[in-house]
Amino acid sequence: MSTSQPPKTSSGSPLWEVFVRSKRGLSHTHAGSLHAPDAHMALRNARDLFTRRQEGVSIWVVRATDVVASSPDEKDPFFDPAGDKVYRHPTFYDVPDEVQHI
Amino acid sequence: MDALEQQFQDTVDGDGRIEPRDWMPEGYRATLIRQIAQHAHSEIIGMQPEGNWITRAPSLRRKAILVAKVQDEAGHGLYLYGAAETLGADRDELLDLLHAGKQKYSTIFNYPTVSWADVAAIGWLVDGAAIMNQVPLTRCSYGPYARAMIRVCKEESFHQRQGFEALTVLANGSPAQRRMAQDALNRWWWPSLMMFGPSDDNSPNSARSMAWGIKRFSNDELRQRFVDATVPQAEWLGLTVPDPDLRYDEETGHYVFGEIDWTEFFEVMKGNGPCNRQRLATRVAAHEEGAWVREAAAAYAAKHSAREVAA
Ligand SMILES: [Fe+2]
Ligand SMILES: [Fe+2]
Repeated sequence: MSTSQPPKTSSGSPLWEVFVRSKRGLSHTHAGSLHAPDAHMALRNARDLFTRRQEGVSIWVVRATDVVASSPDEKDPFFDPAGDKVYRHPTFYDVPDEVQHI
Repeated sequence: MDALEQQFQDTVDGDGRIEPRDWMPEGYRATLIRQIAQHAHSEIIGMQPEGNWITRAPSLRRKAILVAKVQDEAGHGLYLYGAAETLGADRDELLDLLHAGKQKYSTIFNYPTVSWADVAAIGWLVDGAAIMNQVPLTRCSYGPYARAMIRVCKEESFHQRQGFEALTVLANGSPAQRRMAQDALNRWWWPSLMMFGPSDDNSPNSARSMAWGIKRFSNDELRQRFVDATVPQAEWLGLTVPDPDLRYDEETGHYVFGEIDWTEFFEVMKGNGPCNRQRLATRVAAHEEGAWVREAAAAYAAKHSAREVAA
């Protein structure tokens, strides 16, 4: 595990990752990143940058250096434990055609 | 080709996306940083020719639209600088390179906007050409660039339509307004065609960019598409495309157009266009005159975080 981004500053402003909830009932989704001197400014900048057309009802900003990420390799052994557990899927089980509502 | 490079190329060939922390060839990284930075610079320099008319827009409606459009272009620049940073580029360094004239921006923004009709023509032609260039980039192999382009393309359509609408008003207006519209088309047509870059036989890095999934269509292919889409629009406006060689080829279903003046293109590229010096000077002045704002914001943030620690 490692942080996802090397620490970066632009004119002394740290990098922030921005997550936007597009409407109530949906999760926040990563929208992009921006530089801002503090969390308050990061939120305001995020509003101006990512929600100029009402694309969001809620914004999270997270310092890029605070994001912890798994390694980028899709075939990473980190994800191996789930690889051989097909019985976690409903399609693993045979149910006769005449049995309904299951 | 080693295993990492093979894995990279397989991902690209399978129309997959490369993400920031994936292994990638150094040439791929460098090409993308250069292209994305140049694209970002074009967005923010592109604010100037139109920004020139904000205080003189002919109505409050046009003014509000123009402010929104220019603000979008600032946003496009920020999305793109953000994408470049995921490749390890430093935003301040990219801006320094722009200010020092060491990185380019699109030649189109070195032409002056001498009348209101130019603002309309830019929306129609320049944003129209930008859309042709940018739509294929939404499927670019580099994830953050592709995602930034999806966002940009969603916003560009408004840019093109507002320009076309404004030009429609002029083209159907008084004789003086019609002359303004025609004059704007005369001056912006050829520079807009140059936005697609040099012709294919003079575009040495195209093949590599195609193999890497950064580029999907050649410069000439995209230029042809733009001409095919735009000429009927000019006819609908009742304006004349300033190209005596322009004709529709029934057999191919495409327009045949005249030779582009590549000498002009390369001269503007080298810095000898009508507004190169002015654009760069304005950009540098804005950056320098804004330094105190950045310093004040940083001081405010430092003071507040010190208080939090103390509390
Ligand atoms: Fe743009
Ligand atoms: Fe635009």
